[in-house]
Amino acid sequence: MVQTYPKKRIEIILEAPALHRLTARLDEAGVKGYTIIPALAGHGQDGNWSREGLPGDAGRMVMVISVVDPSLADAVLEGVYKVLARQIGIVTITDVQVIRPDHF
Amino acid sequence: MDVFALAQNNLLSPMVLFFALGLAAALGRSDLTIPEAIAKTLALYLMMSIGFKGGAEVAKTGFTVAMAEVMLAGIALSFLIPVIGFFTLRTVSKLSAVDAAAVAAHYGSISIVTFVAATEVVSIAGFPAEGFMVAVAAIMETPAILSALLLARRAGAGSTAPGEGEKLGTLLREVGLNGSVVMLVGSFLIGWATGPKGLQMIAPFIVDPFRGILCLFLLDMGLVAGRGMREAGKHLSPPVLIFGLVMPLVSAGLAALAIWPLGLSAGGAALFITLAASASYIAVPAAMRLALPEAKPAIYLTLSLGVTFPFNLSLGIPLYLLLGQRVAG
Repeated sequence: MVQTYPKKRIEIILEAPALHRLTARLDEAGVKGYTIIPALAGHGQDGNWSREGLPGDAGRMVMVISVVDPSLADAVLEGVYKVLARQIGIVTITDVQVIRPDHF
Repeated sequence: MDVFALAQNNLLSPMVLFFALGLAAALGRSDLTIPEAIAKTLALYLMMSIGFKGGAEVAKTGFTVAMAEVMLAGIALSFLIPVIGFFTLRTVSKLSAVDAAAVAAHYGSISIVTFVAATEVVSIAGFPAEGFMVAVAAIMETPAILSALLLARRAGAGSTAPGEGEKLGTLLREVGLNGSVVMLVGSFLIGWATGPKGLQMIAPFIVDPFRGILCLFLLDMGLVAGRGMREAGKHLSPPVLIFGLVMPLVSAGLAALAIWPLGLSAGGAALFITLAASASYIAVPAAMRLALPEAKPAIYLTLSLGVTFPFNLSLGIPLYLLLGQRVAG
């Protein structure tokens, strides 16, 4: 059986114009890696949204996924909150298992 | 040429008809789409072409006093229009100070696509414009953002919640260096440096296919505007909707007064008036999401894209050309 190690997966869905601010905060907090995925469409407090037909970044959403060591999670979330407090977006944290702990 | 003939010529041009096709397709909920990457490429091509041609034109005359005067007039208008827009919205609508400031910023800034379309209209109508209008367009993009932020702060709106405060310098740099401005100004400088000889070298790419590519791009913009129009009823109250139609005319009037003593050509004056009358929907919305995140994007994006842009493209530009002819030197 392969040995696994506990980590925290932080998933942030955020409006695209604020993406650079968020990744700067992740870098500052010492996050070793993250993945950015464009979000196609969804539904939230203000109703439906979609990236279709938007000429610029405003109105577009992106998802940022990062897996971090539990010891780093608080510092990362503090930085994420500073960006997210006034922007459209959500953040979730889940417990995950990884097989190569030195990557995170 | 009278206003009806100008409007008829404009409305029956392939560019506007392709825009109308996109608009109708979006309103009819057709599945017609232009892939995002292609739409971006088309936009970059148009910026490159219009920037280069403007630069090559300026290479013939060099930097002139007239160029500096028109640029200064553009900056002044970009600062002033948001002030008028803000107080008008606060008076006639129930928009909050932060929403009014965000909308006002869009109207003080410019729509580069409207400018490109106007360039083509004045050229087809036989009114050549000064090449430096491209530089004027670029310089009018950001002052409105500053003006709107000052208005919002003065009204005590925005930046009260915890979080990342807007760093003005960073914000203005981000807006000033957005892709379309870099492409436009960069191509303008390359066109200026290489002159008519450079233009001749790449004319088969940036001159000949221009109109066809503009048609395809405007088809996409029609789709975008049509989707915006579908949302207009949901997000815009009647006074705000009327603002989206009247404010461009107010800005056009101010621009005509500002340009009158400067002795621009009819084409140049029409382009300057178009710049003042247009509303941003690429650079400013993104800036507002960072600087005034409490403002509702559904209001300013829908108003700019779904109301003002189609108005300017169909009826506004012929009117601005007529006005340009009246105030030309």
